[in-house]
Amino acid sequence: MLFRDLSFSLAAGRALSLQGPNGVGKTSLLRLIAGFLRPAAGTIHLRTNGEDVADAEERGKFMGWLGHQDAVKPQLCVREQLAFFALLYESGRDPNEAMRTFGLMPLAGLPGQYLSAGQKRRLALARLQLSARPLWLLDEPLAALDAAGKKLVAETVAAHCACGGIVVAATHEALGVECEKLMLGAPP
Amino acid sequence: MTPFFALLSRDIRLAVRAGGGAALALAFFACVVTLVPLGVGADLRLLARIAGGVLWVAAVLAALLSLDRLFQADYEDGSLDLIALSPLPLEVTALAKTAAHWLATGLPLTVLSALLAVLFDLSLRPTAALVLSLLIGTPAVSAVGAVGAALTLSIRRGGLILPLIVLPLLAPAVIFGSGAVLAVQDGLANGAFYFLAAFSLISVLLSPFAAAASVRLNLAT
Repeated sequence: MLFRDLSFSLAAGRALSLQGPNGVGKTSLLRLIAGFLRPAAGTIHLRTNGEDVADAEERGKFMGWLGHQDAVKPQLCVREQLAFFALLYESGRDPNEAMRTFGLMPLAGLPGQYLSAGQKRRLALARLQLSARPLWLLDEPLAALDAAGKKLVAETVAAHCACGGIVVAATHEALGVECEKLMLGAPP
Repeated sequence: MTPFFALLSRDIRLAVRAGGGAALALAFFACVVTLVPLGVGADLRLLARIAGGVLWVAAVLAALLSLDRLFQADYEDGSLDLIALSPLPLEVTALAKTAAHWLATGLPLTVLSALLAVLFDLSLRPTAALVLSLLIGTPAVSAVGAVGAALTLSIRRGGLILPLIVLPLLAPAVIFGSGAVLAVQDGLANGAFYFLAAFSLISVLLSPFAAAASVRLNLAT
């Protein structure tokens, strides 16, 4: 068992930083919220417009996911990857705008295999913003990013919260925005 | 463009670009089929007799070559998580991926088989029967293969286990596919096409559900 007696709630516009040592279950908690894993006991509620979303797969349609992997295809160029994602998620947002925000415009025609780790992370972040989902689940969003990139993450998270979004992030370092903190694996 | 066609066209693009496996499968198919007449010798009657079976077996093996990466590639780099959270139900996702595999592999194999039939001294009518049987039957190969690919997506070197799961299930396609060619050559009434079509329809209908269930299981680990 990873954890028990865990209970928390987040209102619209709030960010939560999940902290704790390696292997304590931060990623598993994110996957539970996303609906990939089912809790052995207990429930996860998502309330939107006064209605409860009970089904785990239905809940997934509200999630913006940033995994610890970047999900970058080596054969597709940056623009193709973002355009595909916007169509898949039917988000109606403009891939060019997301590329501008995350400084990917000069790389638009470059295949994924030539991107550096930080550039791949920026692409993953651009995709997250493109998803137009209210609840963001971020697994180590700051990994591989330079100082400017980290500042950009903080700004993006803050902007998302300001628009009434919710962010749950598993991080080792401070997110750089005002947020709740949940320490997993800590003695009670 | 709907999410379904977005995924379909992206998977086709990934398959035909470098490292995608579609070209590899076609080249493998051509190599194997070319080797058989060289090995068997210039007995034209014998070659014409075994043409259907050889081309069918080679087509199934070639299609398997590019099948193991169907879900695994997306699973390994985290794309499958993102696709699973998209508005598409996983069943439709599986169908889109299966269709993309068929369009990038099964359909080109079918076209190429018409050319390769020349090596076996196959006359016009049996060649037409062969092409038609591959056209009807290769969707079943992609569909059954998709279930195997979904089952083995998290297994390291799952590509080696995949044929063991998929090949026995594809025996009906090979039997009726090559049987349809033989029936034309012998001038017999040809019921093989109906059986092949039935097998193909059932596979394509059921496969998305089985594949989606396997993907769900694998994502929950």
